[in-house]
Amino acid sequence: MNSPEWAVVAEGLRKQYGDTVALDGIDLEVPKGTVCGLLGPNGAGKTTAVRILSTLLRVGGGQAKVAGFDVVRQGADVRRNIGLVGQNAAVDEILSGRQNLVMFGRLYHLTPKASARRADELLAQFGLADTGSKPVSQYSGGMRRRLDLAAGLILAPAVLFLDEPTTGLDPRGRNEIWASVRALVATGTTVLLTTQYLEEADQLADRISVIDHGRVIASGTPDELKTAIGGDRIELVLHNAADLGRAAQVVEHAVGETVTTDEDGRRLSAPVRERVLALTEVVRALDDAGIAAEDIGLRRPTLDEVFLRLTGDREHQEAA
Amino acid sequence: MTSIRWAAADGWTVTRRYLTHLARQPFQVVMMVAFPILMMLMFGYLLGGGMVVPGGGNYLDFLMPGMFAMTMLFGMSTTMVAVLDDAAKGVTDRFRSLPMAPSAVLVGRSTADMLNSAIGLAAILGCGLVVGWRPHGTVVETVAAIALLLLLRFALLWIGIYLGLVIKTPTMVPLVQTLEFPIGFLSNAFVAASTMPAWLGVAAEWNPLSSTVTAIRDLFGNPGAGGDSWIAGHATLMAAVWPVVLLAIFAPLSVRRYRRLSN
Repeated sequence: MNSPEWAVVAEGLRKQYGDTVALDGIDLEVPKGTVCGLLGPNGAGKTTAVRILSTLLRVGGGQAKVAGFDVVRQGADVRRNIGLVGQNAAVDEILSGRQNLVMFGRLYHLTPKASARRADELLAQFGLADTGSKPVSQYSGGMRRRLDLAAGLILAPAVLFLDEPTTGLDPRGRNEIWASVRALVATGTTVLLTTQYLEEADQLADRISVIDHGRVIASGTPDELKTAIGGDRIELVLHNAADLGRAAQVVEHAVGETVTTDEDGRRLSAPVRERVLALTEVVRALDDAGIAAEDIGLRRPTLDEVFLRLTGDREHQEAA
Repeated sequence: MTSIRWAAADGWTVTRRYLTHLARQPFQVVMMVAFPILMMLMFGYLLGGGMVVPGGGNYLDFLMPGMFAMTMLFGMSTTMVAVLDDAAKGVTDRFRSLPMAPSAVLVGRSTADMLNSAIGLAAILGCGLVVGWRPHGTVVETVAAIALLLLLRFALLWIGIYLGLVIKTPTMVPLVQTLEFPIGFLSNAFVAASTMPAWLGVAAEWNPLSSTVTAIRDLFGNPGAGGDSWIAGHATLMAAVWPVVLLAIFAPLSVRRYRRLSN
């Protein structure tokens, strides 16, 4: 629990609202300078965990340390060492971007001069220097989020909490946020990120903890998790249903895995390991065999599949 | 710096946020007094001809103190909406995640709203002067009347903060705003309680708003002050007691509610 290399440690974190158990004993260990992704559906307990770790919510049970400080007994110290970026862009819409950052700087107890300097630095860092004097209500969704992120970084915090930082953003806004987070991590900030998107966790996180019903049901690197749930699949739709049997043999030979067929949909699929290599080989083999395909593609497992698979595994284990 | 000085500094930083709002949106001040002015014109000119002021006197002179108190009353939902908005947008949570004095959020809110109300009150007093209303008391009495109005606003402010922390969903906002009307009309702001059915008159006289209105009518030397009942006879005392009682109830409730955000 006191180990210096952990930025965030939680042991058996619990939280209950009336009869509803929001967190049912969560363990987390986030090494310094890494990104930990909390992946899970709505209501899984991700936000509750972040709110407890950032001292917004009282601990129901268990214990946690953030940046070396106990979240219960040393709340003020924790708050001095964290940045929190919640689900909403929690900035003042009437104030300008710069006025927001100066205000938050003052509330972090920087001097007026230091607040102004830090505000200008952050505006430049997040590409908002030109729009710093405009009211936030005129910002795009991505710009608001970047300002929100900047406000969480005023003291260059040891630990940054990002609660679904890209929910509701368009792809451009999402890319902007991802780039900002990567740049931060490069400077040594530890990030605890919650997301509903497997892709986001995959893009940013060094390790992922999958949360469901207030419990960690799986954790590991993105690659470990993907391997654990079976990885990518190749999917084909044939032109002619009569080719299905022959095509199945060809694909099975090309990828070396068991093929699943669906006669009504003229469809077949198989797991693949080397994505592009498998695709090229399947296309070549079908061509050689003279089988026409209407559609062919690689598909990553969706979050639904991850959950179905992981929760299925757990139920299977509990039954055994 | 000591923690008390930090608390004051943080409170002022949050206050300045709202003052910047006013500076960036000066139109908000117009909005704040537009409705009381509309009511003043409606009641003063449209309906005023049919109004009887007990003991005689000009209806507009009778009405204006009521309008001043109504302006203070409408401030309650303004505060509530602001508190609700900050909570809904996550701004309150951001403040709570900062190493700032926890008191600053509520202190800043109340200080800013008081400054805001003072500006609004000045605007509506100015409108009164324009339509011919005059304070006839001494300077001390006039200042006392204004102080009683601001005291009422301060008490209503904490009801607004409490409601903003309690209701959580914006769908309840119109309900509270609508409820301000019966509270306003069930007072002696527009008509004397003596003209109402007996039981309704009693209810109106015991409305905290009525004590302030009666007290400031007296202090401004406007018609319609006084009355036969105990509560009307002790209006100046009650204009101080009511807000203090409301404050004693709602300020601790608001603080408790704010602390319980972390439950």
